[in-house]
Amino acid sequence: MNEVAEYVEIHRHPEPKSFISRWIFSLDHKVIGIQYVMLAVVAVFIGMALSLLIRLRLVWPEQAVPLLGDLFPVGAPDGVMTPEFYLSMLTMHGTMMVFMVLTTAPQGGFGNYVLPIQIGANDMAFPRLNMLSFWTTFLSFCALMMAFFVEGGAPISGWTAYPPLSALDAAVIAGTGQDWWIISIALFCVASLLGALNFIVTTLQLRAKGLTMMRLPLTVWTWFVTAILGLLAFGVLLAAGVLLLLDRNLGTSFFIPAGLVINDQLIDRSGGSPILWQHLFWFFGHPEVYIAILPGMGVTSHILATFSRKPVFGYKVMVYAIAAIGGLGFVVWGHHMFMSGMSPYSAFVFSVLTMCIGVPSAIKTFNWIGTLWGGKIRFTSPMLFSVGFVSLFVTGGLSGIFLGQPTVDLFFHDTYFVVAHFHLIMGVAAIFGMFAGLTFWFPKMFGRFMHEGLSKVHFWLTFLGVYAIFGPMHYLGMLPHPRRYAEITGVDYLAAGGSAEIHYFITIAAMITITAQLIFLFNLVWSLFKGKVCSDDNPWEATTLEWAVPTPPPYDNFAGRIPTVYRGAYDFSLPKAKRDYAMQCNSDDMVYRQAAGD
Amino acid sequence: MSTTLAPPPVVEGETNEPPRPDTGGGGFPPVWPPGHDDDGSRGPDPGAEAVVRYKLGAWVGIAGIVMVFAAFTSAMVVRSGISGDWAPIDLPRILWLSTALLLASSYTIEKAKRLLRSGADEGLRRWLAVTLALGALFIVSQWIGWRALADKGVYLASNPSSSFFYLLTAAHAAHILGGILSLSYAVFRVWSSAVWVTRQATVEATAIYWHFMDGLWVYLLLLLTFWR
Repeated sequence: MNEVAEYVEIHRHPEPKSFISRWIFSLDHKVIGIQYVMLAVVAVFIGMALSLLIRLRLVWPEQAVPLLGDLFPVGAPDGVMTPEFYLSMLTMHGTMMVFMVLTTAPQGGFGNYVLPIQIGANDMAFPRLNMLSFWTTFLSFCALMMAFFVEGGAPISGWTAYPPLSALDAAVIAGTGQDWWIISIALFCVASLLGALNFIVTTLQLRAKGLTMMRLPLTVWTWFVTAILGLLAFGVLLAAGVLLLLDRNLGTSFFIPAGLVINDQLIDRSGGSPILWQHLFWFFGHPEVYIAILPGMGVTSHILATFSRKPVFGYKVMVYAIAAIGGLGFVVWGHHMFMSGMSPYSAFVFSVLTMCIGVPSAIKTFNWIGTLWGGKIRFTSPMLFSVGFVSLFVTGGLSGIFLGQPTVDLFFHDTYFVVAHFHLIMGVAAIFGMFAGLTFWFPKMFGRFMHEGLSKVHFWLTFLGVYAIFGPMHYLGMLPHPRRYAEITGVDYLAAGGSAEIHYFITIAAMITITAQLIFLFNLVWSLFKGKVCSDDNPWEATTLEWAVPTPPPYDNFAGRIPTVYRGAYDFSLPKAKRDYAMQCNSDDMVYRQAAGD
Repeated sequence: MSTTLAPPPVVEGETNEPPRPDTGGGGFPPVWPPGHDDDGSRGPDPGAEAVVRYKLGAWVGIAGIVMVFAAFTSAMVVRSGISGDWAPIDLPRILWLSTALLLASSYTIEKAKRLLRSGADEGLRRWLAVTLALGALFIVSQWIGWRALADKGVYLASNPSSSFFYLLTAAHAAHILGGILSLSYAVFRVWSSAVWVTRQATVEATAIYWHFMDGLWVYLLLLLTFWR
């Protein structure tokens, strides 16, 4: 703590004695953050296993997968996946990844761990609520897992759960998998709402003396805006989920239209609207995309500045761009529904607003490159993942410009072009943000570095791997090859343009990339116990407050002494300063007149 | 550039106090002077921080709840206009009693809040307890309303209008139950002679939430009455 010029003394909470209240039902934001990250790691490997099954089924539909027949005797008799099983894998892959990985780790995980320390607080504003958020998320995860093993198997309606397929009760599609799915999502909404409330109050209320909003690290800004998005979006999904559950179980008809015939059976409901679900779902769904990607943007800005030894280019504009992306995210949901028969006038408005998001996104990209320009770049593994994030964000963003136009979208809708787009921009880019964050904060969290060589090998295999997987999908989409088809071999019109060979290539690339993730898993576990010890409080020579506390941080972060903040978050390469960086808690006196450590 | 050590001349309207270090002035730090108890009972500062924090929490929570009911409302507006099967229902007349109970409870919790500052424990407890009772009676009154509709053969799935009636009233009742929990906690806090800070934070945050529940109910009643 010798970097701290001045501090404000506050009262300290004693560290709990019992193992359970310290490490399991913990009130400590750092423990809760790690719990979220661990949950996401479990979920991401389940989600990846599902994607592997999806790819296997597409290319070798008749092939038996070892052990699968024992695990799912109905969905995969003798290990051969049925088309329904393929759809349920698709649904669960999307749900697992979007909710349990992309929403939990960046915000609940890293946000929880880092945000209070970065703003100079000894914990979140409501620690009990924080604990409740995590354990509700955990219950939600358990409910989602239940869907695999109930009669009838996991739901097949996709992560978007479009009715009427998702709304039909057991008489038509047997089983309660969809109900478990809805229960899981409803719990998740509640947990996320509580979490968002906590993040917002913490950021507004618990900042250290001198830490104005415009001095916040960009990571904090993105977590803050993400929390606002979550607060306003998850309630809508919760409401929609309640309506869907009532439609399924209590005979209402919010989403089920009249006169629907399925399997030669007339469904006895009156005049609901499946499109209503789409509106409610995407009103949540589009902000959700930004909930997944914004924290990655924050981490990227933070890391690019740190390892270029330069201030973030255009800090204020970055803040406005974050806010603009968050705000615009609420008025573009219709671009997911151009094919729903909406009025062309509405489609035009949604399209123009969608194009508007290109402006703050381009500003951010420009500023990231501006940050790198002329910097003394240190290519550590967090830096590699951040640069990778920028690359994936640009690639994925460009295809979004195509899809945001109704006329082009008529052609691309529900093709592999869309699959390529959203995987690159929201899936893989956000995951790269997480890898960047993990390798960056790992030494602070655990007092050991992740293995640099393994991280770099992991980076290159993953970076090239995801381009090999999703790059060709753009071409598939232009054929246009539809998505969500369980069967692509032996169908003439799907074989056009060599699509079978491309699918084969994608599956091989996916197998290699997924295998490469075992390097990450090994690195993670190995580094926890055997990694190089981090004896320095500030190994990356960074500027924000988390690097001013001991490694790993003690129970209440600052030992009751909250540092006073004197400067913005990215004071690198200050002219005439003794070092090439000034921490936020360094006074001018320390920066200019005394050498460090005097 | 200056080479003299003389203080700079005083310009009219300014003082020659040394400039304060620029800390940007931001943030609302939890400023506890050294040597205070965990409960922060010895001074006004810790209380102020905790009270603001809890009240802000209540407001942010309200924003989230508003979105849930906004979603229900827009679903109702869309559903009522999209096909010809919407048949208006007559609202049970006991809803007016519910409304009166809830409005009265807003008055009583405000009364309790006013007594908080004067330190009149007896009155504070009494008004909180009365609010709690009114809240419970509201739930009972709503229950009677649901039974009255069901006795007429109007169930959840009878018609989209009845679906939305049950949905909105039940969702509101669930939130009232949350308020009742919070009120019970406030009563317990006052009863167990908790320190001023904890009391004030609990009672004031609960009061904000409770008033909002009152306002939300009036809104729902108007919606159900006029959007038939």
